[in-house]
This record gives sequence, structure tokens and C-alpha cells, in this order.
Amino acid sequence: MKEKTKTTDKQGSDSEGSTVSGAEALLKCLIEEGVDTIFGYPGGAIMPVYNKLLDYSDRLRHILTRHEQGAAHAAQAYAMVTGRVGVCFATSGPGATNLVTGIANAFLDSVPVVFITAQVTSALIGTDAFQETDILGISMPVTKWNAQVKNAQDIPYAIARAFYIARSGRPGPVLIDISKDAQVENLSYSYRQCTYIRSYNPFIPLHMRDIESAAVMINHAEKPLILAGHGVILSGAAEELKALAEKGGIPVAATLLGLSAFPHKHRLFAGMLGMHGNYAPNVLTNQADLIIAIGMRFDDRVTGNLKKYAPDARIIHIEIDRAEINKNVRVDLEINNDAREVLSALVPMIRESSREKWIREFRILDRIEYEKVIKPETDPGEGEIRMGEVVKAVSDLTDGDAVIVTDVGQHQMAVARYYRFSEKSTLVTSGGMGTMGFGLPASLGAASGNPGNPVIAFIGDGGFQMTLQELGTIMQYHIPVKIILLNNSFLGMVRQWQEMFFNGRYASTEMANPDFMTLAGAYGIEAHRVTRREELRMAIGTMLAAEGPYLMEVTISREANILPMVEPGASVSDVTLTYR
Amino acid sequence: MQQEYTISLFTEDHIGILSRITIILTRRQINIDSITASESAIKGLQMLTMVVTTTPDMVNKVARQIEKLVDVVKVFVHTSPEIICQEIALYKVTTRGLMAGSMIGDLVRKHHARILEVTPEYIVVEKSGDKEEITALLAVLEPCGVLQFVRSGRIAVTRQVKELDAYLKEMEEAGRGRTETLEIYN
Ligand SMILES: Cc1ncc(C[n+]2csc(CCOP(=O)(O)OP(=O)(O)O)c2C)c(N)n1
Repeated sequence: MKEKTKTTDKQGSDSEGSTVSGAEALLKCLIEEGVDTIFGYPGGAIMPVYNKLLDYSDRLRHILTRHEQGAAHAAQAYAMVTGRVGVCFATSGPGATNLVTGIANAFLDSVPVVFITAQVTSALIGTDAFQETDILGISMPVTKWNAQVKNAQDIPYAIARAFYIARSGRPGPVLIDISKDAQVENLSYSYRQCTYIRSYNPFIPLHMRDIESAAVMINHAEKPLILAGHGVILSGAAEELKALAEKGGIPVAATLLGLSAFPHKHRLFAGMLGMHGNYAPNVLTNQADLIIAIGMRFDDRVTGNLKKYAPDARIIHIEIDRAEINKNVRVDLEINNDAREVLSALVPMIRESSREKWIREFRILDRIEYEKVIKPETDPGEGEIRMGEVVKAVSDLTDGDAVIVTDVGQHQMAVARYYRFSEKSTLVTSGGMGTMGFGLPASLGAASGNPGNPVIAFIGDGGFQMTLQELGTIMQYHIPVKIILLNNSFLGMVRQWQEMFFNGRYASTEMANPDFMTLAGAYGIEAHRVTRREELRMAIGTMLAAEGPYLMEVTISREANILPMVEPGASVSDVTLTYR
Repeated sequence: MQQEYTISLFTEDHIGILSRITIILTRRQINIDSITASESAIKGLQMLTMVVTTTPDMVNKVARQIEKLVDVVKVFVHTSPEIICQEIALYKVTTRGLMAGSMIGDLVRKHHARILEVTPEYIVVEKSGDKEEITALLAVLEPCGVLQFVRSGRIAVTRQVKELDAYLKEMEEAGRGRTETLEIYN
């Protein structure tokens, strides 16, 4: 991960050697790492830390969420918009277990977050003491690294390691569990940032021979296709990606998390890959003679049926995590390194080319998709309001320059398909885990990172109700998020599957909803409900102009489907464009 | 396609690392046939030797996943011809049975076993060797009445010439080199 940390460049701090409590040492370490915002929730075991936090409130802003899961998602979103490491606090026992969904979510999407949990006093660990839980064991499969600290003296080194591990290589969440006595005990404080761990080496030497082979393969290909993933964003390689695409005349398709890595207005942007991706990049994956996969992991939602995936293509895989290479798809050339390093070296070796004929094939399929799917979805003209037209209107009115947050479900796919991300935009979404309830807390985390652009969260009525208590956090800190609640009174995505694959038997997917306007009112959040197409654009304008938080509910077609679809088990070239 | 592999890996001596490794194997439904943990030739590094039966494709995938763990230094995967390996077994046999067969001499000469303890009731025999040899001796002793039998996990050294410290040096150089350039950017 390319760091934008504002770490102090001098090593070690002015208070070197001073005697402080473990709790204070922890806060000092965080400041050394450039942290200024913490999301969290207090409780018995972590009280010494919170007590000290009060003395540091000028340098460390603490945002009290309404649930630890919310704090975890907020910290992740904060990391995604700032490029820095997110930080999240929770107490022992239930506080720690409430984090687990958030940790797993950050793990699957490779986002650097340092989780600090408190643990019962060390003498009680292992005895099933009050609010003791084995969070180390529980979080092991979903953290990049975790450790327990039972002596105050060990806190600085543990924190230094945690930050180094979280942000280097393939980023990910790290959890440090600190016993209550270690928070209270004194230590002689000094801090050194960690830059090297013997058993962990994220910096891989670049093998020029592999880069040369890649260049030869690309220069000889007639139908190359770039698949850009989250790794492009994490390594800060968006510029290099654009250079590669433009020089070689190579179309760029993106995974869900790679969407904001390449401007969608660019003539070489081929669209989104995968289950609800665009028609052209899915179909043409199976006609490409070369696939250049960058910072992505061939997730099953992207590849569809692996046996029928890219049969005519040779594959170059540029990926920092060696365990991802040859995991799902056999590749012809593996380049195990940071995307930006590789692309910087590769671009000069690429022959200039326009590949007009190949690019025309995309345009032809784009046209078909536009007529059959995009036009009816984004410009239906009559009937109930569709998700696609709401997203398109927001995209037009923000000119693609926003921090877009989504929850999980149909609306997430509508956003992915119809928001035209610009170079300055960011998408914050739950990709690998598909965690409903991510959107609202993530939006407040993103907005806390002061991204400059407006933060707009698209959320379904189902997912909204999983974490809606975070409206309280938004109220308390007056966080200016714009929430667009797309209300279809259904768990839409599951309903769609029931319709398509379970004979329309709607088992437990219809929802009786509260009056969201009254709810927003209870939190003092400005709100407006849109039920007619004619008022949609005006309402979005009002929302964007509002200074503080705003909730816009749109009553959406109840039983609309997200198309196209690569149905489960189908090949990516076997796309369902219309249904019913 | 399934085959026996010896995975030798070197880790920092940190609590929980074995757990992290077994989580990876469990998720892939791979059974550990045997496991041995010990110190390694390099100070502070632990060595784990595991025997698993799986496909070549899968063993490579899990090896990469294990090597990715922060506290794991290096993972080696070997098939039998690439390593020299031994297991050790102890057999507690009834003295009456063993004497009746008058096999004691054979044990030492033919099976290269050692006698560790002799009492009127039982005799403890020790043998090191590969799995087949140890199983073969068990079959021989069976008629004499085996009271207890225990076999260690496999330990192995590789035939390859490049040793771990050479890998360590390479990795260290790569890491240090990068650290310097990073500091320039800051
Ligand atoms: C925590 C969690 N539980 C269940 C699911 C399964 N799931 C995926 S999408 C979906 C429906 C989402 O409904 P809603 O939030 O209303 O959004 P819509 O699909 O209607 O846009 C469900 C239940 C999930 N992804 N996450």
C-alpha cells in the first residue's frame, strides 16, 4: 500500500525514556504512526485507555459509534479514502466479538486497519473470567497478524509491528489484544517505527526478465485485455495503469473493488467484470488472446465457471500476494510484485498500438447492452423508479467526482454498473465478504477522513436496518454524509434469486418497514422521500446542497432485477441479458 | 494424483503460529499425517516437519498460503526422493514373549534396533528408520505380545545444497534495500 501517512520523520519521540502507563504509551505510539482519528466503543477492560484518551483529545479524535461492528467498518472506510491505516478500539469479550464481521470484511478486501482490543487482567486470562473471550483465537483466520500484550513494556513494539504489517505488502487487518494490567502498568517509553521483520518480507526484488517476457507477450497479442483489481488502487498504480492501456491500446475491465482505478469516461474503459458486470468485458474475456490481470484474485464472482474461463487466452498475473497466483486460475506468467513497480518498469517496453479492431468489438457489444439493459434501466421514462436511473442521476449531478459508499445487494450492483467513476472518485464497498450493514457505518468513516468530495452512500432498506443505529453517530458528530436509501421493501438481491432460481417462492424476503422519515427526524437528520420520477433530480440537487447529513429515500420498483447476469455455474461468455 | 509430501517450514517462535498453520490445512481439508516441532540450526527459529497426503497442485497452494503467514520464514515442500528422513519408534513387548521366540539377537542384528530396558515383565525396544521399516518390525514383534507402541513424527533434512541461511540473507537484502528507498520518499 502506498502510504500517505503523516508519520513524524524523526525516529523516536521527544518523550523518549519517560515513564508512562501502558495506556498512555499506546496513545503516544498511535500519534507516532500519524493517527488522528480512532473509531471505537468503551467498556470495562479498556477503560484505562479511554481515561487517558481524554488527555489526548486535542491530537486524537475518538468517534464513538453505536456498535463495535460500526466502528470496524468506519475504520476500514476511513483507511480506504485516506490511504492511511484505520484504527479501531473495543473492549474485551462482547466488544471484541462484535468486531469480527468488520475484521473479516477488511481482511477479504485487503484494507489496513489496526484493531486494539482490551483483554481481562493477565492473571485471569484462560480462566473464563468475566468478559474474557479468546479474541486471538477467534480472529486468527481473519487477520493478517495478531498478538497479545501482557506487559506494558511490550506495547510500543507490538504497535510498531502492527502498523508495519497492516500497511505493507498486501495490506490487511491486524489485531493487538492488550490486557488490562498492561494498560495500567508503567513503562519506560520509547518508540521506533518498524521497518523490518525477518520472517516477513513484503518487498520483492523486481525480476526484469519477467517484465521483458510480459512486454513480449503484450506486444505480440492481438486481443489483450487488462483486468484491474483493488491492488491497482492499493499500490497507487492508477497512473501507470492508464499509461499502459493508452500506449498499448488495451481495453481495461475492472473488478468491483477496482472500479475507481480507471476513469469510466475513458475510451479504453471496458466496464465491470463478473456476475453483474458489463456484457462486453465478460463475453470478450473468452475471446481475448491475452489477459493481463493486475492486483486482482480471480474471485468466483469474477470468473464464473472456471472450466470455461478465458480458453483462448494466455494469462499474465501481476500480484503482490504470491498465494493468490495459480490459486483459482492457472497462469502463464506470474509476476509476484507490487503493481506500481511492475507497471512502471513495463510501460516503457510496450509498443505503441491502437488495436482499433479489437476495441470495436467492445463497442458493438456495449451497444447491445445499452439497448437491452442500460437504456431501460437508466431512462425508462415511465413506470416505477428504477435503481439505475437514481444512480445515473447522482453520477451526472456529481460528474463522477464523489466518494461513493454502498451497502450490499441489488443497489450495490446498480451503483457499480451505473456510477461513472472519475479519476478523483473513490468507491467504498464490501466486495469479498458482501457484508450487509457495511454501508452506513462505512459512510461516516469515509466522511471522517475529509476526502474533499461529497460522501454519498447508497443503501438498501434491508442493509440499512442492520446498522441504522449509526444514525446516532452521524447525529452526534454532525457528519455530512448523504444517504440514499433505495427502498424496494424487499431483500432485493435474494428476492431476485428466488424469482430466477427458486420458482418465485419469496421465502422471508418481503419486509415491513418503518417510516424512515420519522426515523431520520428522531435523529435530527434532514430527510426527504422521493416517489415520483419528476422530482428525482431536484431532490438529489437539494441533498447535495445540504450542509449536514441528509437522508433521501427513494421508493423503488419492488420487483426489478439486476441484469445482465452470469448465472451461477455459467461461463462468463454465457450472459443472461433479459429475463421475463 | 494424491501423493505424500514432507513440508518443512521455519517459523519465528511465536505463540499461535501452529494454530494459524493448521487453520490453513483444515480449510483445505488436508489431514496432517505426522508433525514434529523442534529447534532449527538457526538460533531463534523453530522448525516444523509435517507429512501430508494431497495433490501436487494443492500442496503448492497451501505452501504459499503458509509462507504468507507473517511469522513463517520459509516453507519447503519435498517428495520422498528429495529428502533423508527418519522416524523413531518405541515398542514395549512382554519379556516372556520375546524370550520364547529367542529373537533378541535378531532385533539388534537384522533390524538395527536397540534394547533400552529389560525387566522381568517387559522389554523396551527402540528403532529408527523409515515408516516401512518401523512397521515391519512391529509385525515381527506382534506375536510376542506388544504392550505399547509409539512412533514419532517424521524428521527430515533435504538433499539440496542451498541452505536456509542463504534464503534468509537474500530476503534480508531485499527488505533492507527497499527500506532505504522508502525513507527517501518520506
Ligand atoms: C450480513 C448479511 N446477511 C445476509 C446477506 C445475504 N444478502 C445478500 S444481498 C441481500 C438482500 C439485501 O437487501 P437490501 O439491503 O434491501 O438491498 P437490495 O438488494 O434490495 O438493494 C441479502 C439478504 C448478506 N450479504 N449479508
